[in-house]
Amino acid sequence: MNPTRERDVQSFESVVIRFAGDSGDGMQITGNQFTHTSAVIGNDLATFPDYPAEIRAPAGTRPGVSGFQVRFSSADIHTPGDQPDVLVAMNPAALVVNIRDLKPGGIALVNTGQFSDSDLKKAGLTKSPLTDGTLAGFRVIEIDINKRVTEALKGTTLTSKEVQRCKNFYTLGLMYWLYNRPLDTTIKWLEEKFAKLPALAEANKLALQAGYNAGDIHELFQGRYEVAPCSSMPPGTYRNIMGNDAIAMGLVAGAQLAGLQPFLGSYPITPASGILEALAAYKHYGVITFQAEDEIAAICSALGAAYAGCLGITTTSGPGVALKTEAMGLAVSVELPLVIVNVQRGGPSTGLPTKTEQADLLQAIFGRNGEAPIPVIAASTPSDAFDAAVEACRIAVQYMTPVILLSDGYIANGAEPWMLPRVEDLKPFPVKFVEPNPEGGFQPYARDAKLARPWAKPGTQGLEHRVGGLEKAHLTGNISNDPDNHEFMVRMRQNKVMGIRESIPTPNVFGDSTGDVLVVGWGSTRGSITSAVEELRKKGRKVGSLHLRHVWPLPKDLDKIMACFRSVLVPEMNLGQMARVLRSEYPQQNIISYPKVQGQPFRTTELVKKIESLLEK
Amino acid sequence: MAEAQALTKKDFKSDQDVRWCPGCGDYAILNCVQGIMASIGVPKHQICFVSGIGCSSRFPYYMNTFGFHSIHGRAPAFATGIKAANPDLSVWMVTGDGDGLSIGGNHMAHILRRNVDVKILLFNNEIYGLTKGQYSPTSPQGLKTKTSPMGSVDRPMDPVSFALGCGATFVARTIDTHLKHMEQVLLAAAHHKGTAFVEIYQNCVIFNDGAFDAFAEKTVRDDKTIDLRPGQPMVFGKSLDKGLKVDGWEPRIVTAAEADVWRPDTHSPGPAFVMSQMDSNPAMPRPLGIFRDVAAPIFDAALHEQIRRATSTKGPGTLEKLLHSGETWTVR
Ligand SMILES: Cc1ncc(C[n+]2csc(CCOP(=O)(O)OP(=O)(O)O)c2C)c(N)n1
Ligand code: SF4
Ligand SMILES: [Mg+2]
Repeated sequence: MNPTRERDVQSFESVVIRFAGDSGDGMQITGNQFTHTSAVIGNDLATFPDYPAEIRAPAGTRPGVSGFQVRFSSADIHTPGDQPDVLVAMNPAALVVNIRDLKPGGIALVNTGQFSDSDLKKAGLTKSPLTDGTLAGFRVIEIDINKRVTEALKGTTLTSKEVQRCKNFYTLGLMYWLYNRPLDTTIKWLEEKFAKLPALAEANKLALQAGYNAGDIHELFQGRYEVAPCSSMPPGTYRNIMGNDAIAMGLVAGAQLAGLQPFLGSYPITPASGILEALAAYKHYGVITFQAEDEIAAICSALGAAYAGCLGITTTSGPGVALKTEAMGLAVSVELPLVIVNVQRGGPSTGLPTKTEQADLLQAIFGRNGEAPIPVIAASTPSDAFDAAVEACRIAVQYMTPVILLSDGYIANGAEPWMLPRVEDLKPFPVKFVEPNPEGGFQPYARDAKLARPWAKPGTQGLEHRVGGLEKAHLTGNISNDPDNHEFMVRMRQNKVMGIRESIPTPNVFGDSTGDVLVVGWGSTRGSITSAVEELRKKGRKVGSLHLRHVWPLPKDLDKIMACFRSVLVPEMNLGQMARVLRSEYPQQNIISYPKVQGQPFRTTELVKKIESLLEK
Repeated sequence: MAEAQALTKKDFKSDQDVRWCPGCGDYAILNCVQGIMASIGVPKHQICFVSGIGCSSRFPYYMNTFGFHSIHGRAPAFATGIKAANPDLSVWMVTGDGDGLSIGGNHMAHILRRNVDVKILLFNNEIYGLTKGQYSPTSPQGLKTKTSPMGSVDRPMDPVSFALGCGATFVARTIDTHLKHMEQVLLAAAHHKGTAFVEIYQNCVIFNDGAFDAFAEKTVRDDKTIDLRPGQPMVFGKSLDKGLKVDGWEPRIVTAAEADVWRPDTHSPGPAFVMSQMDSNPAMPRPLGIFRDVAAPIFDAALHEQIRRATSTKGPGTLEKLLHSGETWTVR
């Protein structure tokens, strides 16, 4: 092995790489490994996996392109970046689909081993983008990875097909060299992943090392780059976390803080399945998971389990929520705690299953028959999803109510470093079940100060009682058709949910607390909004932002905050649903909607431009 | 169990007025269920009744036990959740032919195949009672109802055949007018470990009166029904002179002496299925009694067994462990 030659090492504050290839090329693994290694060496990070809806679209075609964007930084960052600095393209389709996003002057690393006439044809091309001017204005690095990996693995027993499957680790090695990252985290991962297939572990390690060495030997690059560890990360213990995993952990933590056994009823659906999969592996935490026959059975089993004294949970995405609607109404009526997670995706109907959207907000707040108020909270980043899940559990058990927790595809699959909370900082909210044989009998629909009814577990002597979806008489819970009682109960349920306001903080304003534009966001737009506001404030603009975790009921004093700005901008990945809610709650405020419905998150630059356009007015 | 032994039928009556139509078959079933509850040796706070929506599904309100009147068709899912959450409870599910086989057919199939330890009572009146008399998935072809003024063109399904097809481990049938029989069948169901499915022919006096008279009316009942009793010869008739024999694939009426012995525990549910399909042949007696009774692993027990195993191999999960799972690093 040649010693590393002295070449320029150039430092950057932050770099964005997009790995793109066929969905069979292992780009998600490559991206995840790069992310993981960067996390371990202390960069701040944000990722954006973007994969096709089909598991295996025809190989080499444009619909089959799978991408993984990672931004790593020595400074605090909030988004995976608008434009990649480096595009790794494993085939012509990946190149043409992604090249328009590459930053002018950016590096396009192209695997020329996959550029035969038939490869071009699969990508719908007649001419090679390598020679037709497509790549003008970029720094193009051509390398025949197919050939290189074949050479590197010559001595192994692998079939040529298996050898080609190691291409992604060769590519990863190259990127590790270019950005000066250690190989050990990935080597360890390979050894664990292929513990039972040592030949594959060995081959992938060889490919990784060969790619790394190639950076050194072949003078493919003019120099190496360096992105120092992030010095502004607060001290603490960190791990890399994806949104779905954070929700799973938050639900387990929430159940433990409540002193309950969690029961998850769920039915697989993209992009929510990851939560069911993660919770199924938490059996030693006492988690009961039930993969039901459909979403209706999923929520109904969870509500049944809640009646029996578990923390009932159900997880799904848009179309699944539609199916759960009737049972949510029942949960409102029987007043049992239930956490309903909606990992939103592009709609309507099946829509864009693998793309992100925030278009289920009004459905979450209002989408049920009858007056059926349900509190709604929204996670804003992958790590925030943990806290949001704990908060959903708290509200559910303290107010004896179903709670909807909104996430989306962007949070679900995105990752970032997460500073682990200290266990002693997590505040317990233990549930008190009704004791056996209460003096004076048991009234299932009596109320506490929060207007919550008591939770009486079947199996407890003297508490035999019936619940159901028919209207109930106040206190006794017996069936009642009395008109006055109905209105009383409708208002009771509404007041209980609106009373949650008393237990939630008014969010802090980021940036200026008085000025020209206040950007109000909710959910996964947080990173882009924060970045845009930071950028504008550096230019001396008077802007601030406010991010809503509790989207229903809204926290107190929002009107006072909004009144300190000339206008309020509400960017969201729908046609203006939160803007509509805010306008109806605060009709006196100047609320401007900024919708985007492309299945893609907001870019910081888009937001900066939009805010600037308001500032000019 | 001291408390349980002292219980009587009265202890299981709730303080709510029963609101079925006078003469409805549901009364007889309620009466019978309250009676057997007193004898199964389970304290009433350990019992939970779950139902969907329909006249039949009002049942839990009248039982002085725990109860959940849920939504139309979904009772199996609620029962599964309750039983999974607390396997110590004795969980009973009440449903109708519409609730359990139309809107809830999917859930019914799955609770049966999973073998959740729940006792299911399907009140079959071959009509939608609560919504005032539309045809149901068990209504006979040609039945004239408000939504089938010229007679229903739907072919009916047989609940017992359905349950057998789903792999149910206990399947039985009884009728509201035969209290003694109902009591025996329900007791057998109560003692079965796993899902017990009991179809109960139930007369709706208002919208489908006399639906079962052709074979169940007292004067013809002995000749037109046969009680399938495990380990007993399949005999019927007023003087028990007739019998059933299964020759090849078809059952045949023979003399009592030639009758086959009924076995609900054969490896294949085939014989039970053959019995259940006699319904569509008016020349044959209508089978009641126990079609199937086999042992199989129980869903809720298996769920908890996995939790126990995972906990003993990995150690109980704590918050500390949860947060620090996966690869971590420290910033100083
Ligand atoms: C989602 C929904 N759809 C329709 C109804 C109306 N509905 C209530 S009960 C019922 C049919 C009940 O028939 P069955 O289950 O046979 O019960 P029965 O009243 O005959 O005992 C229908 C259609 C409902 N309550 N919910
Ligand atoms: S409508 Fe029929 S099933 Fe319903 S209560 Fe009346 S008689 Fe019984
Ligand atoms: Mg019916």
